[in-house]
Amino acid sequence: MPDNVLRVENVTMQFGGVVAVNNLSMEINKGEIVALIGPNGAGKTTAFNVITGVYQPTNGRVLYNGETIIENFPKSKMKKLYAGENKGVYKNTIVKTPDQVTKLGMARTFQNIRLFKSMTVFENVLVAKHLRRTSNVFSAIFRLNAKEEQKMREETLELLKLLDLEDVKDELATSLPYGKQRHLEIARALATKPSLLLLDEPAAGMNPQETEELTAFIRRIRDEFDLTILLIEHHMNLVMDISDRIYVIDFGKLIADGTPEVVSSNPRVIEAYLGVAEDAEN
Amino acid sequence: MITTLLTGISVGGQYALIAIGYTMVYGILRLINFAHGDVFMVSGMMLIWFVSSTPITIAVPLIIVVTVVLGFLIERAAYLPLRNAPRMSAMISAIGVSYLLQNVITYLTGGQPMTYPTIPLLAKTVGIFGTKQTMATIVTLPMVIVLVISLSFLINHTKVGMAMRAVSKDFETSRLMGIKINNVISVTFIIGSALAAVGSVLYFSNYSKIVAVSGALPGLKAFVAAVFGGIGSIPGAVIGAFIIGICENLIKATPYSVFSDAFTFAILVVVLIFRPTGIFGEKTVDKV
Amino acid sequence: MNDLNKKNSLKSTIIVIACVLAFWGLLLLIENFNLIVPGGPKLFNPTSKLFMVLRKVIVYCLIAVSMNLLNGFTGLFSLGHAGFMLFGAYTFAILTTPVSLKVPADGIFYKYGGSVVHFSLQEAFQAIFGTSPAGERISLILGVLVALIISGAVAAVFAYLIGLPVLRLKSDYLAIATLGFAEIIRTIFQCEVIQLPGGGELVLGKLTNGANMIKGFPTLNSFNIIGENGKTALYLSTVVPAIIVTACIAIIVLLINSTYGRSFKAIRDDEIAAEAMGINLAKHKILSFCVSAFFAGVGGALYAMFATTYQAKPFTSVLTYEILLIVVIGGIGSVTGSCIGSFLYIACSEWWLRFLDEPMFIGNFQVPLLKDGFRMVVFSVVIMIVVLFFRKGIMGTKELPDLFKKKKNKTKGKVNSNAG
Repeated sequence: MPDNVLRVENVTMQFGGVVAVNNLSMEINKGEIVALIGPNGAGKTTAFNVITGVYQPTNGRVLYNGETIIENFPKSKMKKLYAGENKGVYKNTIVKTPDQVTKLGMARTFQNIRLFKSMTVFENVLVAKHLRRTSNVFSAIFRLNAKEEQKMREETLELLKLLDLEDVKDELATSLPYGKQRHLEIARALATKPSLLLLDEPAAGMNPQETEELTAFIRRIRDEFDLTILLIEHHMNLVMDISDRIYVIDFGKLIADGTPEVVSSNPRVIEAYLGVAEDAEN
Repeated sequence: MITTLLTGISVGGQYALIAIGYTMVYGILRLINFAHGDVFMVSGMMLIWFVSSTPITIAVPLIIVVTVVLGFLIERAAYLPLRNAPRMSAMISAIGVSYLLQNVITYLTGGQPMTYPTIPLLAKTVGIFGTKQTMATIVTLPMVIVLVISLSFLINHTKVGMAMRAVSKDFETSRLMGIKINNVISVTFIIGSALAAVGSVLYFSNYSKIVAVSGALPGLKAFVAAVFGGIGSIPGAVIGAFIIGICENLIKATPYSVFSDAFTFAILVVVLIFRPTGIFGEKTVDKV
Repeated sequence: MNDLNKKNSLKSTIIVIACVLAFWGLLLLIENFNLIVPGGPKLFNPTSKLFMVLRKVIVYCLIAVSMNLLNGFTGLFSLGHAGFMLFGAYTFAILTTPVSLKVPADGIFYKYGGSVVHFSLQEAFQAIFGTSPAGERISLILGVLVALIISGAVAAVFAYLIGLPVLRLKSDYLAIATLGFAEIIRTIFQCEVIQLPGGGELVLGKLTNGANMIKGFPTLNSFNIIGENGKTALYLSTVVPAIIVTACIAIIVLLINSTYGRSFKAIRDDEIAAEAMGINLAKHKILSFCVSAFFAGVGGALYAMFATTYQAKPFTSVLTYEILLIVVIGGIGSVTGSCIGSFLYIACSEWWLRFLDEPMFIGNFQVPLLKDGFRMVVFSVVIMIVVLFFRKGIMGTKELPDLFKKKKNKTKGKVNSNAG
């Protein structure tokens, strides 16, 4: 088995004439925490959506544990419109829906929290156990899967205990404070038993103290659940503190990658984040 | 053949007048106004009652006014309170209004079919392309053209029209820009109802009797037309309505005439599946 | 903690079963009250309004709950229920109308020279169980049950075919597409002959009797046990459908509370998140669609049994709207709500508000407005009030037992606070 869990190869995502992600390549090794950063609108979430199967890329491919899970090349209308690179390298179309991607072992959270509103904390996590079921609908209706159901519930409880959510397990998910909702989203993703976790701005809207806690939390779950983590984040403290490696994109294009030290001293990154004074440009 | 075509065009024009009401409301509120077909029917019933006491030249403008008031009141009473509710609630409310209107009319008419008055001007027959047609058939097309042109002038070149376009693009931002959205929505309903009233005069003069559920089928078909053309788009609705009107009448002339209604719905389903946004609709991408 | 939970859930299961049994017993008792106590209240006459309403309520309960599964629990706004009911009702009527009625050229299919279906299920069973009274009875019950299941299955199969393309649509688009399909289905059932392009013709009427009535199939009254003297010895015409419907609703409830039901709710709450949690949207949506159609089909068949005669004409979108309104009144997302909604809706429209249709005099003064049709006006106004001001309906998303639980907790809380 190759040691990179996820390999993104020359992925381009084009909407009409707009190239949101341009020829992005990334490699994430087992056990790493990797951050994908970039200014607002750089195409980070779009890249996430391509990896998790929400969008079909216009060109390029994604490999998971060495196996191609998503691949596409420009066709029909896009053939003419395509403005990206590496045209003609890829010849296959492999599509995966998000649920299939999750089943393979990649779970994600969302930038704007998407919990199941009508359900309790417990049920939110329990639902995520559904994909590992062995029962069919008949055995589920007639309760022939009682053992499995019991196991699902026990595992859920276990997970909630581990993530300090046990005391609120019967509360409505949306009634939790913001920080806890973020934790719950991560708990729900963990319930699908992933080996790769994708976090989309996990610290958005958190104060410095909460962010610090989150940093420790992410490290802890990485160790406890034997995870590989890819995250999008704006809080630079968190990113610099936690990441083993960082990828920086701007206008959809990769502009730098490497360890936090390397990236933070890269002039192009500084330029992308701070902009360049107009007179300096000339 | 010419008769079939002419009838098709005229029925299409009548559907177009109803379809505009559907499409405008959907464009702004994202609401399928299920009650629109019934407003159309009520307008037809009104004419029957007004004609018994006033001359037709007064009755027709009068029903347009009354229908407009009805459309306005329905919006204020049944849709305004649900503006921030889930879309499904507003749709259920629309179904409720439709149910209410049908029941009120059934009550008032005692469930009996009412005889639609003959409007001398529209019932006159004229010869055209060697066939005899009623005036209603001839007059529809030019009337629809005139109304649609003035409507697109209103939408593209007046302040109200600009406000309508803004509201249909973004509710909240328009509100922040100082547009009184409730007024804009009312105007939409008023225009839709007025056109439905005109449509009802043209449509029902082809039929001798109307009942409380007479609005349901033309309403549904007009709605299909609106979807066909791309709901939210006025030219789309008009073209869709003409296509449906013509196709329906062509089918009526074949041995498959029983399927003319089913055909309309088949079009609906096919369009929805292959091009959910219709011929002229804009494609939307879900944001994650 | 876990043992306690188990004990509690066992206890509440027993309570629910006891309640259901008590309900059946009560129905059986009041239905036969006048047989046991001759000259009892008129209301308990088996032909009284009460039982007519109860039977209709029972049938509507199943249909409303099946719609709620789709609209309330899975969040798929579908308006195709009238179509599913049509499939169920026609399948049932075609399979169970006795051969002597449908096959002869002068029978109910006289327009088409008799039906093409040369058997009926209960008569087929009679071939096995004999034609003794007991054999006939077993054949009838088996025949009806099998026919009901086939009715549901036919509806579910068509739902599957319709669902494949349609379920890709969202919210209101889905609603109108299903509405359109229901209308197409109705036209096809009403159609007599289809001219085939090759010049032949397909006489659909031989199967469906075109737009004409089908009658003579077993009705709810067929369940009554006739004594030797030719009089009814035991009335079962309300209890039996109640048992069938309860069983169906129990299956729906078990589904809702299973891991599949949880995924349905997840899809309703947030499709994108549900998919990201590994729930296959297409598969689960079509599952919900088919299960709902299955029970709508069974409901349609029961409706035919209730109505005793059958034709496609009344199965328009208005019927679907009616059921939708019941679901809304009861609470979108509540099974018991749908049952309560059905009861209130049917009882009001068929019984309690009937007086509004009759002229009424107080002394010499005739109350104005009261005449035929006023009932429905009042009724639709009430519905509008519910839709506008009590959007959650009677139960919201709660179930009846939840209410008791809450009360218990409250009293418990009080005791605790007193103790503290």
